[in-house]
Parts: sequence; structure tokens; C-alpha cells
Amino acid sequence: MLVDGIHDLGGMQGLGAVDHSPAEPAFRYRWEAVARALLAVVAGAVEASGGEFRHSIERMEPGHYLTSSYYEHWLTAAATLAVEHGLVTGSELEARAGGRFPLSGPLLAPPVVDAGPDAGTPRFGVGDRVRVREWHPPGHTRCPRYVRGKTGTVVRLDGIYSVPDIEAHGIARRHEPTYSVRFDAAELWGDGQRGVWVHVDLWDSYLEPS
Amino acid sequence: MSSSAHHPPPVSPVEQRVAALEALLTERGLVPEGFIEQITRRYESEIGPMNGAKVVARAWADPEYRRRLLADGTAAIAELGFGGPEGDHMVVVENTAIVHNVIVCTLCSCYPWPVLGLPPAWYKDPPYRARMVREPRALLAEMGCPLPEEVEIRVWDSSAEVRYLVLPQRPPAAEGMTEAELAALVTRDSMIGVARL
Repeated sequence: MLVDGIHDLGGMQGLGAVDHSPAEPAFRYRWEAVARALLAVVAGAVEASGGEFRHSIERMEPGHYLTSSYYEHWLTAAATLAVEHGLVTGSELEARAGGRFPLSGPLLAPPVVDAGPDAGTPRFGVGDRVRVREWHPPGHTRCPRYVRGKTGTVVRLDGIYSVPDIEAHGIARRHEPTYSVRFDAAELWGDGQRGVWVHVDLWDSYLEPS
Repeated sequence: MSSSAHHPPPVSPVEQRVAALEALLTERGLVPEGFIEQITRRYESEIGPMNGAKVVARAWADPEYRRRLLADGTAAIAELGFGGPEGDHMVVVENTAIVHNVIVCTLCSCYPWPVLGLPPAWYKDPPYRARMVREPRALLAEMGCPLPEEVEIRVWDSSAEVRYLVLPQRPPAAEGMTEAELAALVTRDSMIGVARL
């Protein structure tokens, strides 16, 4: 079973060239604007947190995720949340669409019942060395796989925010300090590249002292 | 076993799926009148890189503003009237002759909407997200932004609540220009960090 989501792309190889364009319209097709608006409608109606919204994209079938555009991700998220919260049914969607309407896969993590106490005081300060926990949660997280188990340096303290891993799975919430942590790219990738620093913004519970 | 067990019905085109969801939600009274047009208008004409260009031009023209912008990006950007979703916690990172900054979101598509608008497709697609944290020097060169070996690269992965804006270096030719002329020099790519001016 896939545990780390297909969306967690940092460092993945073989994806090819960036199809860069210097400028483009906000929406290339009208359906993109409609998909965007519908996601806002559904997220508002079901009171989805940012974590729940993001996780509804992350649960897409990996092949579908990699071969569909950003706004098709948003459409799939909107439809998945609408079905999961009982606004519409999958068969209604397929009947109207006149064909298959792929939705995201099921939640793999159980709802969080006890989020634990908020953490008000930062455990780390600027300049502290920290190690990212090495773990592979079955649900949503904003800790990218490519820094797990790696050691870096805190370069900035940010605000205290709701932990996405918790808010994506139910109504419980826990708030924690967040930090910007600097990693030496040569240590992340073991390839000897020089003069490259990668900064990742991480919640307190993702980290341990190093 | 019938052949349909091996060949599920085809996925309907994306336009039809969007129309299906729109119709069902509208029938349930969940889509306010004019809502789709309102969203479209906001993202097509009210926000975009022209906002970020004004911030950069002001920072180039006014050293005191530049100091405030680097100390508290959210507040300094709000001075020019820009803020809102995906711009509530702004950090501005400054390019110099020896430091180059570039922003990415490896996990999804986080981007500073109030100052840059909606992200371009390539920013949200897998190659950019996969490669910018792994081989930024090679990728920047490939995208037309080669950097000397001695220039340090700082990649910022927007993985939590902060959204980043790159403050590009002022080009030497900009001496004596007005703020409006300066803003016209600033490109979207220079504020993402995939180009230098």
C-alpha cells in the first residue's frame, strides 16, 4: 500500500524538463476557473481545513495525479470532499458526466480524537541544530520525505499554527510553533554539490534536538 | 466474465466532469449567483505579478521601505494595499551579487497570491517541484538563469504557512528611473527566483 503520497515530489528523478513559459493567463480554459470556484464552494460548505483540502488531492490515484493538471486535481478534490460529506453521490456525478468520474482514494489514517495540548513555547531557537523525525505517517503531513532523518539548522522562528497532520483528520486541533530549517543540499542528496542551501518550514513536532 | 469487467467505462472529459459537479451543487443551492464570475475576475485582473513589481520597485527606490520589507514582509506589502489569502505571512528574501534565492513548493503549489497572482502551470507541475530542491544550479541554468559557481543558492520550500517573495537585484541600468519605470523592469520570474534582471 502506498504510504508516502505521490504529491511528495521533492528530489524525485526522471520527471523531465520544466515546461517553462514566461507568462500565461490565470485560467487557460473556462472550466479551470469553474473548478477553482467549485472547490471554494465545497470547502466552504463542508468547512474543510487546509489540511483536509490538501489531503483530498494527495489521496488521488498516483497515475491520475501525475497525468492530470492542477485544476483537474482541484476538481477531483472538490468532488471527493462533496461525496465524502454527503453533498452529492458518486453515481450522480457519473450519471451527469456521462462517464467515469475518478475520485480520490480512501482515508488511510483514522480520525484524530485527542490532539494533545498546544505547544506555545518554541523548543528551538535560531542557530539550533535539529533533526527531522524519521517517520512515515499514513495520513496528511507537511513534512516532506526528503528531509526526514536529516539534520539542519533553525534560521527563523515563524508563528504558531494548527498542525496539518491533525486538522486533516477530524475536528481536533493542536497548535505548535513553526520554524524555517536550513539544510545543506550536499547532505540531503549526498552528491557533493556546493553552495546550495534548501530551507524547509516545519512544525515543532516534526523535529527533535540534534 | 463480461468484457466490461476488463474495460471500465472511459473517464469522461474534464469539462463534462466540471459541468456535472457545477450542476449538482447549483441544484442544491450551494453556488451563489455570480460567484464563478467573481472568482474569475479577481484572479484574472486584481492580483498578479504587477503587484509584486510595485513592491520591488518601492524597495529599490526607498531604502527605508526596503529595510521594513526585509524585516516584516507582510506589513510592508500591506502598506501598498496588498494582502489576503496566501499572503498573510510573507517573508521577502533578497538577492545580492553573491546570494540567489528561489522559491518552490514541493508538496503542492503554495505561492504568494496577493503579490504574484496564481502560480504558472510549470510551477505546479512535477518536474519543477521535484528538481528545484535537488539540483537547483542545473535547473536554473536549464531555465535560462546560469549562476557562477561562487553564487550561493538558497532554495525556499513553502511547506508551512509562510509564503516567499524574492527581491531581485536592481539592474545597473535602472539608475535615475522613476518608481513606475522601475516596476516595468520587474518580471514574475525574477520574483520567483528563476531569472535575474
